[in-house]
Amino acid sequence: MDLRLDNISHHYGETEVLRDISLEIPSGQIVCLVGPSGCGKSTLLRLIGGLEEPGGGQVLQLGDAPEDCLNPLTYIFQDFALLPWRTVRGNIALALEDHRMGAAARDDIIADVLARTKLSEFADALPKQLSGGMKQRVAIARALAVRPAVMLMDEPLSALDSQTRELLMDDLVGLWTRQPFTAVYVTHNLAEAVRLGHKIVVLSRRPGQIREVVTLDTPLTDRAYGDAALEEQQQYLWGLMREEAAAADAELIHV
Amino acid sequence: MSESEMKQAKKVTFRGGGFITQRKRGVGVVVFVLLILLAEWGTRSGVISALTLPRPSDVAATFGELYASGLLFKHLIPSLTRLVIGASMGAVIGISVGVLIGLFSLARAGLVPLVAAIFPIPKIALLPLFVIWFGIDEASKYALIAFGTFTPTVVAAYAAVDNVDRSLIRMGQSFGLGWWSIVSKIVLPGAMPGILSGLRVSLTIAIILLVAAEMLGAEYGIGAYILEAGSLYDLERLFAGVVILSLLGVAVSSAIAALERRVLRWRV
Ligand SMILES: Nc1ncnc2c1ncn2[C@@H]1O[C@H](COP(=O)(O)OP(=O)(O)O)[C@@H](O)[C@H]1O
Ligand SMILES: [Mg+2]
Repeated sequence: MDLRLDNISHHYGETEVLRDISLEIPSGQIVCLVGPSGCGKSTLLRLIGGLEEPGGGQVLQLGDAPEDCLNPLTYIFQDFALLPWRTVRGNIALALEDHRMGAAARDDIIADVLARTKLSEFADALPKQLSGGMKQRVAIARALAVRPAVMLMDEPLSALDSQTRELLMDDLVGLWTRQPFTAVYVTHNLAEAVRLGHKIVVLSRRPGQIREVVTLDTPLTDRAYGDAALEEQQQYLWGLMREEAAAADAELIHV
Repeated sequence: MSESEMKQAKKVTFRGGGFITQRKRGVGVVVFVLLILLAEWGTRSGVISALTLPRPSDVAATFGELYASGLLFKHLIPSLTRLVIGASMGAVIGISVGVLIGLFSLARAGLVPLVAAIFPIPKIALLPLFVIWFGIDEASKYALIAFGTFTPTVVAAYAAVDNVDRSLIRMGQSFGLGWWSIVSKIVLPGAMPGILSGLRVSLTIAIILLVAAEMLGAEYGIGAYILEAGSLYDLERLFAGVVILSLLGVAVSSAIAALERRVLRWRV
């Protein structure tokens, strides 16, 4: 299943947040959205997943989601969004409880995603007992449990320290290599973008417009930490973003 | 180098203390005991005249008589029944209405002004009205206690629902959870801390209203006992009754604390 954004634009009251965004999200690829803060990345992601309706344009789903897919468009949030009163297992079960399936089938899915995210030992822990990195892995496990056609990730690693971020990026690359998934990955961190993105979409400051789409051909597994070629790509992206970021930073916020 | 050697070494002073709540056991009991000892000493030595304050040991003796004569439970049981029935009606209806206000804009627009209008009415002032509506028997007492418990519970419940983390609700929607699943698995558990701390207040108010409810047409009951003692200026009995109410308050408070520790174990 592919996604197509058709001339998306959006306003909040007087504020124009997004202007004329057209984009293809091909199946099996990770598309990174980068842009200065406040440029409308999170808004765009909410529009893509149907949590909000675009003011103009439309989000199209091309083809059907795979048969076994329980929740085609699935989010991973920056703040993890775990229920603090449920254990790791309970949080994953939450996503499955509204689907008709036997208890055994549900337990199988949970065991499988816990193993894939290396959380099997922590199934009965409460979120308050987990570190930030572990919490995000629970959120990733929960997303995997519903076998999404497209994962919508809003700065999933931004709340984590840089070491944990590296580890989780490796985990994501590992997950993708074993079973390629489609994702829209919002970040303001260019290192994450060049590490995980097949396609990097650079947005301008508000109103967010597409400035450039950079395609990276190096396979994900070959992109190591501190790679010189990646470094160069990152420099290039930073060149594109620098002025926008500075201008966005200097803007007055009208709330 | 030499310059820094000449400088005097001073320890950086600690200034990060305080502003942390810690659980200290037994201190509450010590405060009670000290106050009682002070009153006992004062009344015995004559610093406090017997007209101002009854002697704690006399109050204890009255309490003992009350217990020995079997009257204690004759008063306590009807009171507890009224309290339990009235307060649970008020709390259940209050929580339900509060959650509705929290969930539906229409309910909020319609009911919040009404609740605001009802809240400041001293419920005791409405006692005659309740007697006309529900009769002089138990029903009017239940109604008064329920009504008094209802208003603070509503306010606490809808504030608690408002305070539920919206990002969790969004998360629920993003996984395609049904409306009822979101309410029962995300909103209600998320509102639980606020609802429980609201209950702390409203159940205490229920105890206050218990006495008011027993002002009219109650033969037995802690409130009736206190009011009778009060009208006779029998301070020992008055205080014995008051002590029972205080104990009731402490019991309610610690019951809720225990409930919180159980239900809210997930809290950081
Ligand atoms: N629900 C909302 N109502 C009004 N304004 C909003 C809302 N959400 C976001 N905005 C505004 O839209 C702009 C883009 O926000 P956002 O999409 O969160 O940016 P980003 O994720 O790129 O930092 C910001 O100026 C923000 O203040
Ligand atoms: Mg954002």
